Amino acid sequence: MTAATPASEAKRPPAPPRRWTNTRVLGHVLMALWIVSGVSLVYYLGSNVASPFVLKYWPNYIDGFLVTLQIVGLSLLIGALLSVPIAAARSSKWIIFSAPAYGYVYFFRGTPLLAQTFLIYYGAGSFRTELESVGLWGFFREAWYCVIFAFSLNTSAYQAEILRGALQNVPKGQWEGALALGLSRPVTFFKVILPQAMMVALRPYGNEVILMIKGSAIASIITIYDLMGETRRAYSRSYDFQAYIWAAVLYLMIVEVLRRVWDRFELRLTRHLKR
Amino acid sequence: MNEALTLLSFGEGGWGDTIARGILVTVSLAIATLPFGLILGFLIALAKNSSEPSLKLAANIYTTIFRGLPELLTLFLVYFGVQIGIQQGLKLIGFDAYIEVNSFVAGMVALALVFSSYASEAFLSAFRGIPVGQYEGGNALGLSRFKTMRFIILPQLIRLALPALGNLWLILVKETSLVSVIGLADLVREAGIAARVTKEPFLFFGVACLVYLVLAMISSIGLAWVERWSKRGEAAR
Repeated sequence: MTAATPASEAKRPPAPPRRWTNTRVLGHVLMALWIVSGVSLVYYLGSNVASPFVLKYWPNYIDGFLVTLQIVGLSLLIGALLSVPIAAARSSKWIIFSAPAYGYVYFFRGTPLLAQTFLIYYGAGSFRTELESVGLWGFFREAWYCVIFAFSLNTSAYQAEILRGALQNVPKGQWEGALALGLSRPVTFFKVILPQAMMVALRPYGNEVILMIKGSAIASIITIYDLMGETRRAYSRSYDFQAYIWAAVLYLMIVEVLRRVWDRFELRLTRHLKR
Repeated sequence: MNEALTLLSFGEGGWGDTIARGILVTVSLAIATLPFGLILGFLIALAKNSSEPSLKLAANIYTTIFRGLPELLTLFLVYFGVQIGIQQGLKLIGFDAYIEVNSFVAGMVALALVFSSYASEAFLSAFRGIPVGQYEGGNALGLSRFKTMRFIILPQLIRLALPALGNLWLILVKETSLVSVIGLADLVREAGIAARVTKEPFLFFGVACLVYLVLAMISSIGLAWVERWSKRGEAAR
């Protein structure tokens, strides 16, 4: 009887070859399709980088990009400010506060952003004399202000719901604990409740930012030259389909970058919750 | 007030029938999109749920693209892209024709693409809520993979995915408004025409908004009913 072979010499049996199942074939075919279309897209865009179209319209795209960022940034900021009182009213015990806030949120979440924008931009014309007498006509005459106004109201309704949901998610014991420690109500709210609520709200807020970026394309319909507006103008002048392809690439880049940054951000802020 | 009611009435001098036609187009577009979006979304969720990495990756690329693009841009890409694609194709075989794509179909395709990429996420999270034991149970009974899916997994999947799908349906109804931009005579477009002719934009766009709200309310009632229906097996327990 010879001694058993030492462990170092024992060879692990080779992994069985992966079979070409139907799903595997399908997956490879689909991936091949994606790769072919991706490569041809890159080739197409690469061969057009120095084309007259790009040279002519590139500055417009940059301008449009900046306008889109401005619209989204301003609306989100104003919406965030507006959402605080709305969320407070919505969760109030008194129905005279909660009912209008509920109606507001229901209206802005239940109707399309496009219809809201039209309602404000074109609808303001119905009240021209009234608005002129209060001196607000100059505000509603400008498409730019109307877009900011409509988008702010829209996002404030969504943000109010996010805020309310996040605040409700904080257990009651946190309030009671802070009370037991003798903290005043504002301190409790800002130092105890809000940080915990923000952790829950982070993901929906990120989604709302992305929704706003995508929704801001609607501004182009009422003559705002944001990224989408510049794209439509470039297409209507050149009849060159690459106008839309460049826009798609730019939008995808904004959204993807934002999504990744937001994921990092969330990971960082919730790192103490990792086990 | 009376004036407004006259404008909204049906028949001569009223815009009620125009608006009603717009509502019909909006609703039929949403309903026509739904089955395609659901089936495509389910297939993509199956791909994402499979153990084959290449299939998973292919499905993830699809959702990344269609969830990242603005819906309006997707619509234009489909509307003009298909049109130009067909024209180029015809040119290759020697025809030189101007082709116009039906805006209803273009809207349907674009909305189905967007809807399916969101729906696949809803289905995927529902898949994760079904324990492996359900598949194994089906296997032990000697059911084929298709039958396991059809009779064991799918009924539970629908129940789990329904709340998310209901939200997506409400979003879909709102998104149909974008199709007005490529010339489909939906609710927003008809309201816009009425507003321009009568010079009463606030009234007509306000009515359009209210109609969307009513559609949302009807949908919620319908969804609550479907949800009860999907849970009918649980009540007996």
